[in-house]
Amino acid sequence: MTHRSFFWFVFPTLSAMMLFIALPIVSVLIQSLHVEHEQVLVVVESCGPFGCTQTMDIDHEATQALRDEQPLGRFNGLNTYINRSHLAFADISEAWQTKATLTEFVQSIMNLPFYRALAFTLTYTFGVTPFVLVFGLAIAVGVNNLPKLFKGPTIFCSLLPMMVTPLVGALTLFWMVDGDGVIGATLQYLFDDPALSLKASASLTWIMLIVYGIWSSIPFSFIVFYAGLQTVPKDILEAAMIDGATKWQRMWHVVVPHLMPLLIFITLIQLMDNFRVLEPIIGFSAQAHATSLSFIIFNDLNESGYPLFASAAATSILTILGVAVLLTPVLIRTWRDFHRKSH
Amino acid sequence: MALTVLSGFRPLVMVSTGCVILWLLVAAFPFLWTLWGSFKVQADFFSKADWTNALFGVNTLRETGGSFTGEGYSGAWVDEGFWKAAINTMIVVFFTTIISLTFGTLGGYALARSGFRYAFWILMAALVFRAMPHITLVSGYLLPFFEWNIWGILPTTIIVLVAINQPFTLWMLHSFFLNIPKDIDESAMVDGCTRFQAFRYVIIPVMWPGVITTGLFSFLLAYNDFAVTAMLLSSENQTMIPAIRSFLGTTQQEGNVMFAVAAVVSATVPLFLLVLFFQRQIVSGLTAGAVKG
Repeated sequence: MTHRSFFWFVFPTLSAMMLFIALPIVSVLIQSLHVEHEQVLVVVESCGPFGCTQTMDIDHEATQALRDEQPLGRFNGLNTYINRSHLAFADISEAWQTKATLTEFVQSIMNLPFYRALAFTLTYTFGVTPFVLVFGLAIAVGVNNLPKLFKGPTIFCSLLPMMVTPLVGALTLFWMVDGDGVIGATLQYLFDDPALSLKASASLTWIMLIVYGIWSSIPFSFIVFYAGLQTVPKDILEAAMIDGATKWQRMWHVVVPHLMPLLIFITLIQLMDNFRVLEPIIGFSAQAHATSLSFIIFNDLNESGYPLFASAAATSILTILGVAVLLTPVLIRTWRDFHRKSH
Repeated sequence: MALTVLSGFRPLVMVSTGCVILWLLVAAFPFLWTLWGSFKVQADFFSKADWTNALFGVNTLRETGGSFTGEGYSGAWVDEGFWKAAINTMIVVFFTTIISLTFGTLGGYALARSGFRYAFWILMAALVFRAMPHITLVSGYLLPFFEWNIWGILPTTIIVLVAINQPFTLWMLHSFFLNIPKDIDESAMVDGCTRFQAFRYVIIPVMWPGVITTGLFSFLLAYNDFAVTAMLLSSENQTMIPAIRSFLGTTQQEGNVMFAVAAVVSATVPLFLLVLFFQRQIVSGLTAGAVKG
């Protein structure tokens, strides 16, 4: 294909990606270096029967004019990154000096919004993925052994948790585990504690969200593993059987190694997708105990009145850096694949 | 032919079948429960005293005179104007899918047929873009969109969703076009077609299976999106998913949770039908990248 025709073929898709994915990243970077204007203050003298007092008041008109003139705000350098809502270096070093024990130190860090969100995001990402792999494989093997008649309907039901909108899936589960819902009420009955609520404690909230994450991601790993099982070479399995390998040995030494590339593929996709967890927190209204990086960006942008663009942008850049770290192995792998194919 | 990893060993088969049945229960029960409960009143769906109320609708019978009630649905669709959100969703999803596929087919075809180094770099860039959390991109859009006065309208959201869709669409169609033999369009070009004519008359007629599979995923992405539609649409242009979210705030206080339940069920039904009719394509699409790579 000539360069010229290649250019015209990729032009629409490339310009869409440049305009709405690459440029926004630049825009986020610029926004993160600026900060909202301070409100313009004026001295107002109010005179009453007992003399005059001077008070500071906000000049709304002037503030608005300034905002309209420079919507980006004023230049702030890296200050947004190191303030209390983000990396909070000052607070960390203060906590390091004043807190006596390590536990107290960790506790005080977990009160900082960014680190709280980061802790949940990482726990969620690395908590969900292993379960998804194990359960997905177990179900794939189980379905593979079902009579053919049942396979279709089984796969249909299995796909549902992944296919439904994350917010809708989260709400569906939330209404069941909520205090008045069927599972929530049953738990209260079982533990004989009418005040038991999964929303009340931080650890229960985290577990609830992670269970949701596993539930909604199992179908993906199940389907991929199921497809992989169809391609396991039969002669190797038979050879292993002739050599006297038991079921478990065949599973562990033949099937699992064969599925290894798929396992890596699922892990990488899962890490990327779980890192951006947002909807479950909104669906479960769990923000009191669990916030994620995406959620604090969403929250900043939803700030009633005037969205906190700078704060959201700084968190976005930090999130993108996190994604870059997660993505490095994928890129290296793809790079190697490409070289293997081209040589 | 089924693979016989575990067959012939009775207890193991029982355990694995048990696992599958348990999973099916976990996977499907929440939807059945919510579907059934959406036709009851709130006192039944959230019945603390006796969970069987939700099955038999004791309070529903007392309050409305029948075992089933469509109050939640009429409340959501008529009183709260969910029909408007449904129409908006249809518009957004339709145009996003069509435009994504048009852009993606052209790009994917070119990437599959070009051996140049930059084709690889475009695919790598697409992979990086695919990993960007959508909300970080949204925080980049908001301020410029406010400034240019294009915030809150459907076309902006559609083009943003198209762009977010592109990396995935490109990868999928790229690997699909790699499977169409090079010879057929090259022989057309030997016969005197230009590159575009070869694409138009030789490739387009044979590309539909791949395009339909990719289209399903474009549809799902546009339909399921929350971050973009919630932030970029004004309240009168909202699509279904952000509309459900704003229900949560307003209905909880007024004791109309059943409106939200009905809306959630309504939003699930199209997906249910989609999986029912296109199960084979969805499965093949999900596994295409994995099994080959």
